[in-house]
Amino acid sequence: MIFPNSLATTYNDKVVRQFAIMTVVWGVVGMLVGVIIAAQLTWPELNLGIPWLTYGRLRPLHTNAVIFAFGGCGLFASAYYVAQRTCHVRLFGDKLAAFTFWGWQLVIVAAAISLPLGFTEGKEYAELEWPIDILITLVWVSFAIVFFGTIGTRKVRHIYVANWFFGAFIIAVALLHLVNSAAIPAGYMKSYSAYAGVQDAMVQWWYGHNAVGFFLTAGFLGMMYYFIPKQAERPVYSYRLSIVHFWALIFTYMWAGPHHLHYTALPDWTQSVGMVFSLILLAPSWGGMINGIMTLSGAWHKLRDDPILRFLIVSLSFYGMSTFEGPMMSIKTVNALSHYTDWTVGHVHSGALGWVGLVTMGSMYYLIPRLFGQKQMYSVKAIEVHFWTATIGIVIYIASMWIAGVMQGLMWRAINTDGTLTYTFVESVKATFPFYVLRLLGGLLYLSGMVIMLWNTLKTATSGRSVTVTILAPVAIAHA
Amino acid sequence: MDILYLLIPLSVILVFFILGGLWWAIYRGQFEDIESEGERILKDS
Repeated sequence: MIFPNSLATTYNDKVVRQFAIMTVVWGVVGMLVGVIIAAQLTWPELNLGIPWLTYGRLRPLHTNAVIFAFGGCGLFASAYYVAQRTCHVRLFGDKLAAFTFWGWQLVIVAAAISLPLGFTEGKEYAELEWPIDILITLVWVSFAIVFFGTIGTRKVRHIYVANWFFGAFIIAVALLHLVNSAAIPAGYMKSYSAYAGVQDAMVQWWYGHNAVGFFLTAGFLGMMYYFIPKQAERPVYSYRLSIVHFWALIFTYMWAGPHHLHYTALPDWTQSVGMVFSLILLAPSWGGMINGIMTLSGAWHKLRDDPILRFLIVSLSFYGMSTFEGPMMSIKTVNALSHYTDWTVGHVHSGALGWVGLVTMGSMYYLIPRLFGQKQMYSVKAIEVHFWTATIGIVIYIASMWIAGVMQGLMWRAINTDGTLTYTFVESVKATFPFYVLRLLGGLLYLSGMVIMLWNTLKTATSGRSVTVTILAPVAIAHA
Repeated sequence: MDILYLLIPLSVILVFFILGGLWWAIYRGQFEDIESEGERILKDS
């Protein structure tokens, strides 16, 4: 059977362009909300006594905006771009692809309205109420049809490794969303989880950690495996290793979730299983990181003058750091110190700002000029400035949270000789204040880098034009 | 912990799907000439 997309002579870059622009826009919005809540933690009066602006409502707005709006749009844009370029075929289903764009924006807007109003299922990273969950499901199924339809109608036999990562991300997120968001509606914006108590907690963190694994890791690894070789103009260091990386990662990911529930009502053996799987994950994660970084072997000088490559390579260093730190924190004895402290917040942000943020920004800096018929971004100098503000911001952020977290952990467990607690809780809050100020400073720097990117993107878009790119016939590779 | 009766079988089914994918990839020749595939993307646009 011949589908219309296999006969098309041009790529569908319109939807890629839309998603790429919105990645940058939602990046600014989501990070701005992050800075606001960081300021509220420092000076609680900043919620101005208005319920819609309280920390409890803005925090899920921040996480949803940066993960699903900024990260999600970036993943849609790159999955659609990479699938078309590596398969040498137009996207499957133009209308369906357009639906994924508008549907996803509707989900984001619905989140931005309903969360401040207080509508929530109360599940972390899955707060959105059931009508929005249904819309997410529709968009996601369409995404899967467009993506796998494109892969299925490809013009080259081999499926490039990045597509495997994107494919696994799409399937896993569908499964996680369906299981975790199962709920009984009790009104048009109210529902109760299908699970109760510790069962609910287990499902939630099975979802939560796999969202980290498949949304925030596998998807962005897909980006990494395409945009690093393209920007470096060198093939990935070991293609063989990238295949091993993929299969090892997806076979071992599913059971890391219980490490979020150490020392809770979850059975002890389940906690230990979670810890062991988390430790195993270090191997594929580092294999992938080394593979990405070594792609530059023999061309390290490119890092000196190419700020985009610097974004991409430094993102991998943060990936390596946080995939080392994560397994360490999943060890129960370490977790006894780190759990519920700001160390966790620091760890999450070393992954989020360092890995997910930087790899997305680097990929978008590669993509955006090409989508507007330009050779490079309007200002390369501005990319350079963005790189340094972002990197310095991340370092300030995570270093202050490390110190704050370890300090809190030590204060909470300190015991006098007579067995009473040395510190009250509020003393640890007071001691954290300077680190919250520093964290706000780091966040502000990171946000200002993103604002520079928005300016640079708008300048690039307005000085270029929306181009239509002709599909190239696949090149035969000379066999060695 | 009744939920494990759902989550563990679900993971096992998933592993079988992943195995199916791996099986398909190997026997459909996805990994026949593996290193040259890494170079192809440099010539795609």
